Amino acid sequence: MKITREDVMRVAELAYLDLTEAELETYRAQIDEILEYIGKLNELDTTKVEPMAQVLAEDQSADATLREDLTVPCAVAEDVLAHAPDPEPPYFRVPKVIER
Amino acid sequence: MLRPSLARFNQLKVYGRDIEVRWRQPAYRVVLKKANLAMTTTWTIDAVKAALGAKKISARELLADFYKRIEVKNPDLNAYLALTPERARRQADRIDSLIAANKPLPPLAGVPVAIKDVISTRGTRTTCGSKILENYLPPYDATAVEHLEAAGAVILGKTNCDEFAMGSSNENSAYKRVKNPVAADRVPGGSSGGSAAVVAAGLAVASLGTDTGGSIRQPGSFCGIPAMMGSYGRVSRYGLIAFASSLDRIGPLASKVRDVAAILQTIAGRDPHDSTSTTAPVPDYLAELAKPLKRPRLGIPKEYFGEGMDSGVRQKIEAGSALFRKLGCELVEIRMPHMDYAIATYYIIATAEAGSNLARYDGVRYGLRVPDDSLLAMYRKTRGAGFGPEVKRRIVLGTYVLSAGYYDAYYLKGQKVRALIAQDFRDAFTKVDAILTPTSPVPPFKLGERTSDPLQMYLADIYTVTGSLAGVPGISVPCGNIDGKSAGAGKLPVGLQIFGPPFGEARVLQLAHAFEQAGGAGV
Repeated sequence: MKITREDVMRVAELAYLDLTEAELETYRAQIDEILEYIGKLNELDTTKVEPMAQVLAEDQSADATLREDLTVPCAVAEDVLAHAPDPEPPYFRVPKVIER
Repeated sequence: MLRPSLARFNQLKVYGRDIEVRWRQPAYRVVLKKANLAMTTTWTIDAVKAALGAKKISARELLADFYKRIEVKNPDLNAYLALTPERARRQADRIDSLIAANKPLPPLAGVPVAIKDVISTRGTRTTCGSKILENYLPPYDATAVEHLEAAGAVILGKTNCDEFAMGSSNENSAYKRVKNPVAADRVPGGSSGGSAAVVAAGLAVASLGTDTGGSIRQPGSFCGIPAMMGSYGRVSRYGLIAFASSLDRIGPLASKVRDVAAILQTIAGRDPHDSTSTTAPVPDYLAELAKPLKRPRLGIPKEYFGEGMDSGVRQKIEAGSALFRKLGCELVEIRMPHMDYAIATYYIIATAEAGSNLARYDGVRYGLRVPDDSLLAMYRKTRGAGFGPEVKRRIVLGTYVLSAGYYDAYYLKGQKVRALIAQDFRDAFTKVDAILTPTSPVPPFKLGERTSDPLQMYLADIYTVTGSLAGVPGISVPCGNIDGKSAGAGKLPVGLQIFGPPFGEARVLQLAHAFEQAGGAGV
């Protein structure tokens, strides 16, 4: 077994994701099968391979096309707040996080 | 069935907007009423241009006809999640006023298009097929959407998809299940299943989809239409709601390769809002299509024709390859030894990126909030209630492969194998001009057939994820149909995939166009 029930609970906690008892067991079994399958990557010796984080060639990379850091007006704040779950313009309201 | 041939064709008369067609042998007469004309025509961009230019139909009338078709067919097909009639009418009226003033028309003037629901449309509900964004109204348009409207296209609505583009059958949508318009008991493919279905059913001339591991090409294949992802960086991702940022691409689906080229032309190019969009110049794809093939060398990777491929698919791909040979292409066998590791690599990288990207759905700024007195419990409950099963599964897997103690074994390993897969493509393109493979190992499968086994569903992407990981452009082009009678279905479309080198879109389109023109869809 690659992944235990405790692993799934720990990961769900890291991801702030409520899972039901039934979901915990279903995902554990399915992810176990997927990790088993992923294990085939160990057939490859990759000690001398550089990891690839993105596909763009050097001349097309973000570095080659970074723009200047300019301040531009952005007029969407009202729109965004209008559709927020609990707005208190100019803020988003959330449950209390700091205890007095 | 009556098959009027040119020899028997007698006369065609146009009365106002009604068309009368007469045949001599056998004596036969059909009158196409104005409404029928639009309802029965498969529109292409050129056909729209010609009809508008000759004032045979107005943009507003064409739009009304498309909405009529949608009204009739969509309740059963479930391909549109939302329609945008006001926005569409405003745009159609703009085009009609240009026509009335005899002003030049932009390249996509009046062309009705559909947008996958993971692509932001200002003020139009954009759900990503998820309950967590059920009432989300984006405050801005995606760059690709802006480009389409600037070119005169009329946006009809938003298309159904797997939740956050995670799926290969469209069955992971939190809303309705899209049916395959070609074979009703089959899935349309995914995740851009709605975008493929609306084009195949004649409910849009073209559509935008998104492709992370095959999500444009595979539904294109399943619905029997051409569908393309350009190179990574070719089209701006600004406004595309992120699934896996190093893999996500926006691309076109249409009924003809020419229209795929025209849409790509419109949406491609550098965008200051997306630092991964490249400054590489955008060629004139339509001009490139018209050029004759210069005896290109096409690679057939041995690894793509191994076990697990349906025999009907194999037969069609072989017939398709033979057609390319007839067109003067040289076919050579090549090796791409790391193909077999692509699914495993993809499901590490894509889920890791998804786990990070989807952290933003926290019930604070937009979308669903499930209230609680504690902030952390509010996060947990909101995400637990808002995400569907496949999304949760991928968040758990993605968080796991990035977590302390497992990062090296999974994520880092995945990044290294990704480099090997990309190297396979670089090696191949030193020997050949393009690569031919099937798009999917199997024809469209039955609704519900694979939903209980995620790994089986993932394996359906085996031929498409390689190009996604490597960043190269790829198209799926119709390559005949399998007779599905023995399986109780009608025809089941097969797609042939063509990969090109980075920014080799023109070559990919040229090959696909030549194949289509030579009758590839009927092999």
